[in-house]
Amino acid sequence: MPDVKDKNEVTAIEKMKAGGVSRRQLMSMAGGSVALGAFLAACGSDDSSSDMSSTGSTGTTAAMGEDNSTAQFGEGDLGILNYALTLEYIETAFYADVAKSGLFKGADLATIKQFGSQEADHVVALTDAVKAAGGKPAPKPKTEFPLNNAKQVLKLASTVENLGAAAYLGQAARIKSPEVLAAALSIHSVEGRHAAALNTLLGLTPVPDGPFAKPAEAGMVLNAVQPFIV
Amino acid sequence: MTELKTETELVHPELATIEIDGQERSDFLLKGALAAGAIFGLGAISPFVRNAAARADMGDVEILNYALTLEYLESAFYAEGLKRAGATGALKELLTTISTDEDAHVKALTGTIKSLGGKPVTAPKVKFDYSDTASFTALAETIENVGVSAYNGVAPEIKSKEVLTAAGSIVQVEARHAAAIALNNGSNPAPDAFDPTMTQEQVLKAVKPFLVA
Repeated sequence: MPDVKDKNEVTAIEKMKAGGVSRRQLMSMAGGSVALGAFLAACGSDDSSSDMSSTGSTGTTAAMGEDNSTAQFGEGDLGILNYALTLEYIETAFYADVAKSGLFKGADLATIKQFGSQEADHVVALTDAVKAAGGKPAPKPKTEFPLNNAKQVLKLASTVENLGAAAYLGQAARIKSPEVLAAALSIHSVEGRHAAALNTLLGLTPVPDGPFAKPAEAGMVLNAVQPFIV
Repeated sequence: MTELKTETELVHPELATIEIDGQERSDFLLKGALAAGAIFGLGAISPFVRNAAARADMGDVEILNYALTLEYLESAFYAEGLKRAGATGALKELLTTISTDEDAHVKALTGTIKSLGGKPVTAPKVKFDYSDTASFTALAETIENVGVSAYNGVAPEIKSKEVLTAAGSIVQVEARHAAAIALNNGSNPAPDAFDPTMTQEQVLKAVKPFLVA
């Protein structure tokens, strides 16, 4: 394989080594180096569906960053933590309602309860992290979820978990503190597990985005969960 | 080896070394932004920081090559398993999906390392010890979980935001693989509320049985 780099690619690499190159800048400079492009394409710039009924990612066609602000929840990492906390409150409330609904028994109910318990653990950890950072934890939102039948609920659970995983992935690069990042990553992969498990229970692929999970922007995520906040 | 002390290390020397579960001590290099911004009380989230220790000398290319080694291993594991583990039906479909994903990871990581001006490692020689479908999928569960822990353990050291997001997009998929395989095996798809991390040393120890010397 020839080791010849074209002029643009060399410039791109040098600039990237110097740091501070945005994804779009890099793509245009390198003339869309195929491998890196494919890799970075995970950043939601394709036309994947953002339909709420999709059990895949809700990747947006907007470039990452334009609608990814968590400023309404606080500055910097604090805002990101409170954003995550809000989502975890919603997930915890959802599973609690589902467990009480009587729609599930046996192994499925055990799964619902376990996932709910884990989301509750996430709430505790994120609340502690916000407080430790000297911030005020976001309030628990009042929620209401449509719970009609087992299949519909599992689909909703799958949507919420896939969305949650994408939400964490969408914030990872914005986190400044390595500790907060480590915490976020440890939760992010668990949401991925939840999503995959629910997808599997529904007879759907555990990897709706394929080999590279797509990140979701805060704006889109918050719009998606807004219907459940009363 | 010169070790730069960050402002934080000077002000908070107790953060310079973190002992994790009485096992390993690693120097925790705190990024400059940490020193400038709020320092989060380690106590609050220390359960999740287990082994997420940063070393000053792991550049992004080295980290990507570390990931590539693991992906080569997984790719070879599933390719071989599809030939000799005897899976059928839905399991075979799942293994095929996973195999495709790992191959894509290998390709992407290789390409990215090259794009960064680095040299991708070559595929390691591997061997896997399983006698039937059940022992293969048991091994798959272990390997996928190691993968998640490996990525989560090293990701905080990644300097480039794009590479970090890419690593995140891969680790989420590995976690999905782990969960799907676990369900097939009758295991818990999400055994922990917070996925544990592993250091590079721990990971290499875990995969050593699969590497042919």
